[in-house]
Amino acid sequence: MLLGLTPSRRLLSHRHCLLQCRSIKSENTARSTTLDSVLSAFRSICGEDGVSLGEAVRQQHGKDESVHRCCPPDVVVFPRCVEEVSALAKVCNNHRLPIIPFGTGTGLEGGVSAVTGGVCFSLRNMDQVLDVHQEDFDVTVEPGVTRKALNAYLRDTGLWFPVDPGADASLCGMAATSASGTNAVRYGTMRENVLNLEVVLADGNIIHTAGKGRRPRKTSAGYNLTNLFVGSEGTLGIITKTTLRLYGIPEAVVSAVCSFPSVQAAVDSTVQILQAGVPIARIEFLDDVMIDACNRFSSLSYPVTPTLFLEFHGSERSLEEQVQTAEDITQSNGGSDFQWARDAETRNRLWKARHDAWYAALALRPGCKAYSTDVCVPLSRLPQIIVETKEDLIKNRLTGPIAGHVGDGNFHCLMVVDPNDPEEQRGVHLFTERLARRALAMDGTCTGEHGVGLGKRALLCEEMGPMAVGVMQRLKDTLDPKNLMNPGKVLQESHHDRLDQRLMSQ
Amino acid sequence: MSGRVLVGVKRVIDYAVKIRVKPDKSSVVTDGVKHSMNPFCEIAVEEAVKMKEKKLIKEVVAVSCGPQQAQETIRTALAMGADRGIHVEVTGKDYETLGPLQISKIMAALAKKEEAQLIILGKQAIDDDCNQTGQMTAALLDWPQGTFASEVSLEGDKIKVVREVDGGLETIKINIPAVITADLRLNTPRYATLPNIMKAKKKKIANMKPADLGVDITSRLEVLRVDEPPQRQAGVKVETVEDLVSKLKEAGLV
Repeated sequence: MLLGLTPSRRLLSHRHCLLQCRSIKSENTARSTTLDSVLSAFRSICGEDGVSLGEAVRQQHGKDESVHRCCPPDVVVFPRCVEEVSALAKVCNNHRLPIIPFGTGTGLEGGVSAVTGGVCFSLRNMDQVLDVHQEDFDVTVEPGVTRKALNAYLRDTGLWFPVDPGADASLCGMAATSASGTNAVRYGTMRENVLNLEVVLADGNIIHTAGKGRRPRKTSAGYNLTNLFVGSEGTLGIITKTTLRLYGIPEAVVSAVCSFPSVQAAVDSTVQILQAGVPIARIEFLDDVMIDACNRFSSLSYPVTPTLFLEFHGSERSLEEQVQTAEDITQSNGGSDFQWARDAETRNRLWKARHDAWYAALALRPGCKAYSTDVCVPLSRLPQIIVETKEDLIKNRLTGPIAGHVGDGNFHCLMVVDPNDPEEQRGVHLFTERLARRALAMDGTCTGEHGVGLGKRALLCEEMGPMAVGVMQRLKDTLDPKNLMNPGKVLQESHHDRLDQRLMSQ
Repeated sequence: MSGRVLVGVKRVIDYAVKIRVKPDKSSVVTDGVKHSMNPFCEIAVEEAVKMKEKKLIKEVVAVSCGPQQAQETIRTALAMGADRGIHVEVTGKDYETLGPLQISKIMAALAKKEEAQLIILGKQAIDDDCNQTGQMTAALLDWPQGTFASEVSLEGDKIKVVREVDGGLETIKINIPAVITADLRLNTPRYATLPNIMKAKKKKIANMKPADLGVDITSRLEVLRVDEPPQRQAGVKVETVEDLVSKLKEAGLV
């Protein structure tokens, strides 16, 4: 099993990354003359206000919430409708300018970094909720609609969109990264909940992945284009509409917390709860380091030991049964201090630890930044991988409290790292690679929810194998032959791309 | 205290919508724009329903004044847990000029007719920001009022209200019957669930006109003009501190 890149290759890839990322001051003149001639085209498409060269605006649109450095685009455009997106894409295509779609910038893998400059398409002005179909449980939204905005809009209908990645992200952005969240164990991820997409391709053509306006709950018509674009992270097209599956707001919600003597006991309980057929809505795991951090941050007094946070949705009567079954199972696995609550205030208090986990982790070492790992393995391998990962953390003296969506086999180590300590950063980088490879060796994936973005392209190759990656590359080449759609993400650049870039800058 | 609570709910343009003024400056555009229950009214309904769940009161009656669409707002209140609704029908020009004074007359008449012991309203509506209806209703009925309530508790035949005031929090005790107006921090309103929306369809909404209550809804106010806030002017960049000071002097600011 590979333990990591050799030092010289690491240095090369680091330098490659530095070279790729330019600020406008050091931009080469060849690119800027191209830019001038397209700016007037952009302005005629989306108006004077719809094009920005301001440094602050570009900086804002060149970074997300990851640890990857800001790579600002050369210009940011703000289209107001799909026709404008299409026209802008055609201009970019004709002038070979990279296109980077931008929703809310809340991603965690550097997906919006303009590594080779280009045009950022900020879609925030397309913010309409279109076509709510209450009886059909579906809705179509534009990219400027965030998930909290949609749920607020729907509040009178008794419906909601349950995929909850934490951040108030753009729904089309969530489709682009195949987002998931704490509710996935019951309601699924974006892959299961996107019915149709409107996508603008690199050449400006507009397609509807399931046919225009169509929203059947199931279909076997043709290739599954919808799920091709879900998770494509802006590398195959710009998503300008998404049709989503909605669910009824649960009649009642009960939250519970339970402590366990070991990670194994907590995971065994999870598996048994699922096997018992309890339609549990959320089942979250916090390790002892994380619980300790939460106790300190929120002045709580949970026992410092692996802990499960559970949430049940249903009717009043079914909840009684669900909670009873879950409690019995946790007890039989050595669980203790089982507390549960029905009313909103107590529930929030019980779950406060989980909600503040990120900040609690940061508070462990003030002045440091946090990076979240994201591996996902089959449930049965979860205890082993968590135990091995904790040993790794201790051995290498790294701070990495663990929080996980244990019902999916997905967990995050919140690596708290000193931004001014390159030695530590290198240590964390190596740790995350070891962790990813550990997950791959256990039939898992290197990214359960956050996507590949910039940092996991090499791991994607290891995970998928050269044949599958080859197919992905051929799809990419077919849909985007000039490699303009969000370059440098998901797939590693081929020799073909590097040649292309050198030609462009001449 | 066991009894009946009246809750007033107003249908307004949804808080998330971008408001546009009509070209003739007579009012704002309402056609085809999303409407929903006034957020402070949601808080009022939530408080009433909570009281009923704690068995402190027997019945929650949701009241709304307006055209046919006001019934949607009443249905939302019913889905949140109100027992029945009253729709006071006001349409056309009358609806355009409907304001706090007429509403408070209607609420006062209904309170007497329904023998209500408590009226809970939102502190203000987000379209007119009047913040008058609760106070006027109390005056017309000669009832005590607990406005800007952030906490309400029943203590025997009195109500303790913690009010949000400029200087902080003021706690008062008032007799029942009373009028309460809900402020933001009173509670977090529940979302109507699908099963409850279905159940709400079976709950009754009574229809009546202001005349049936003996209320004259002629308005004494006339809206002359509605303007958008002035457009923000672009700033000017200066190179040196001297430039900044001279520009400030020119503008008469120093």
